[in-house]
Amino acid sequence: MQILFVLAVLCYMLSSAGYFAYLFIQRDPLHRIGCGLLVSGVVFQSVEIIWSIARTGHMPVNNLHETLTVVAWALVGAFLVLQLKLRVKVLGVYVAPLAAFILFAASQFPKEPMQPQNLLRGFWLVVHIITIFLGDGGFALAAGVGVLYLLQEGSIKRKSRGFFFKRLPSLDLLDSAGYACVVIGFTMLTIGLVTGMVYAKNIWGRFWSWDPKEVWSAITWIFYAALLHERLTVGWRGRRAAIMAIVGFAVLLFTFFGVNFLLKGHHGQFTRL
Amino acid sequence: MDRIILIGLNHKTAPVNIRECLAFSQDETRDALSGLRTMASVEEAMLFSTCNRVELLVISKERQNAAEQAKDFLSQFKQLPLSDFESALYQHSGDEAVRHVFRVGASLDSMVVGEPQILGQIKAAYRTATEEKTSGVILNRLLHKAFFVAKRIRTETGIGDSAVSISYAAIELGRKIFGELAGKEVLLIGAGEMAELAVEHLIRNRSGHIFVANRTFERGVELAATFKGTAIRIEEVPDYLRRVDIIISSTGAKGFILQKQHVKAVMRGRRNRPIFFIDIAVPRDIDPAINTMNNAYVYDIDDLKDVVEENIEDRNREALKAERIIDEAVINFRQWFQGLDVVPTIKALRAKVHSIAQDEVRKTLQQLGHLSDKDREAIHRMTESLTNKILHEPTRYLKSNGCQNDRSTSLDITRKIFGLND
Repeated sequence: MQILFVLAVLCYMLSSAGYFAYLFIQRDPLHRIGCGLLVSGVVFQSVEIIWSIARTGHMPVNNLHETLTVVAWALVGAFLVLQLKLRVKVLGVYVAPLAAFILFAASQFPKEPMQPQNLLRGFWLVVHIITIFLGDGGFALAAGVGVLYLLQEGSIKRKSRGFFFKRLPSLDLLDSAGYACVVIGFTMLTIGLVTGMVYAKNIWGRFWSWDPKEVWSAITWIFYAALLHERLTVGWRGRRAAIMAIVGFAVLLFTFFGVNFLLKGHHGQFTRL
Repeated sequence: MDRIILIGLNHKTAPVNIRECLAFSQDETRDALSGLRTMASVEEAMLFSTCNRVELLVISKERQNAAEQAKDFLSQFKQLPLSDFESALYQHSGDEAVRHVFRVGASLDSMVVGEPQILGQIKAAYRTATEEKTSGVILNRLLHKAFFVAKRIRTETGIGDSAVSISYAAIELGRKIFGELAGKEVLLIGAGEMAELAVEHLIRNRSGHIFVANRTFERGVELAATFKGTAIRIEEVPDYLRRVDIIISSTGAKGFILQKQHVKAVMRGRRNRPIFFIDIAVPRDIDPAINTMNNAYVYDIDDLKDVVEENIEDRNREALKAERIIDEAVINFRQWFQGLDVVPTIKALRAKVHSIAQDEVRKTLQQLGHLSDKDREAIHRMTESLTNKILHEPTRYLKSNGCQNDRSTSLDITRKIFGLND
């Protein structure tokens, strides 16, 4: 299935070019091309993932190569879903290259599948993995939107109105989009954590085992819960919400990579080289 | 091409006192056109008059003194000695006249480059010319091309993108902050032409309720009535900050009437919804320090002026791109126009029919391999005389004096029905 992987990388790279061209010359067809390429990339990746599940009977998350592939898929998927509701077109400038980069990074890691493990079978686990990664995709988007918000807010506040002022959408749209991303991410993360616990109960007989990954996931969850809580109660929005979304994403990145490389735990194998 | 002649004056060449003397009302335009129609030398004519320009576009039979006649016509019709306005007139013919029409239509020649009204005004003038039956093949083509070019320039360049008035620039900024202006509540403090214009823009964007605060409450009530809004007392302004989203201020007060602490006090109650202050007053009404607060934005008159100046520069830059599109359109028009001559049309017609005949003969002969060379020769000869016979009458007609009166139309129709323009 190497060909599907290559096609997906190609789609994301061309889509990046399309979105960058859109950023500079602001012609709508360019955005449509970029978006179409993202859709094709996701389709190729979906076929690859489904094929892999059909062949081996479990989610392809046995090593860093496979895991990153799923991350890219979830990121683009989350972006395309967001596009249906809130059209933050320029966000493609962030998503497409990021997806291409993640896939490129994935291709640098060995892809020999690990010994198929019975551990990775079962309904709860599939739900756990998919929702966790979609949640990560949502938070990655929220951070991207946050950066766009800060750029746009800066150009309005400083009254300099440079390159970004015309090209970025309104603050209100960016703020709502960031909020929507956090809500999606948070919902997915919650479902992911719950299904993970159910799965852990089935396998190890307990919901929670103070594994570093579990602890850091909980920290991430609490962080985003606080962000949402503040928004709903006192209306934390705008600049502060954007900064928090970016900080939250940094915490998330540590949960994803840092824990595996620096700390030990039963999630380690998924990112083993 | 030099049968196309344009004379006119605009805001750059003539001061307003001359422009108003020469301006044509709708009825005058009709009279002038029917006057022009009776002139022997005029084939087609169109008259275009707005507050910034008067232009007379004529397709003439005589190339030499058509412009002089047109000037005399203007002078006689308006009963104004030619010497009074001749120095303000410009005169173009051929390519330059075509280019001028395209530039005017695309709003490159306007006082505010890129303003959109001019196209509608030209369309109306053209409609009048068609109703008065003074437009023919050439003007029809020229004007339709001008509309097409204007539309193309509007979509392909950013010439009409940015706001070039203070009040409109404020609205554009509001859109960048709030996205939609629909439903956003507005507070107008004080009164003034620019502020009221901004409020009208906002209402056109379906903004929410309008509140008006004025030092004299009676005046506030009057103003509120014109906007179907509510008048409040000036002391109530800080309380209303909790509720409104856009504040437009233009009072004559000496110091700041709204300080940072006023806004700080309401931000929590607003749940941090953005609030946008537009300060048109000099001296300023709104403390600029408010701009440093989260979700609060302050633009004063100078900031807005900067925005407008920047936007005008943008438009002028975009206008350069537009000139390129116009050059292209002028060349295309010239090609079409030159084709409207008898010789090239007959040549193109013969070439077309010949090539069709030759193609078909070649195809047929390929399938009839058993024919001798002599037979082939005979078939070729027959085809040749067939095409010549078919083309004989149309050629004779185009060359004859029969179509002299309306030669352009005959040529145009010939080109259209035989598809010679592609």
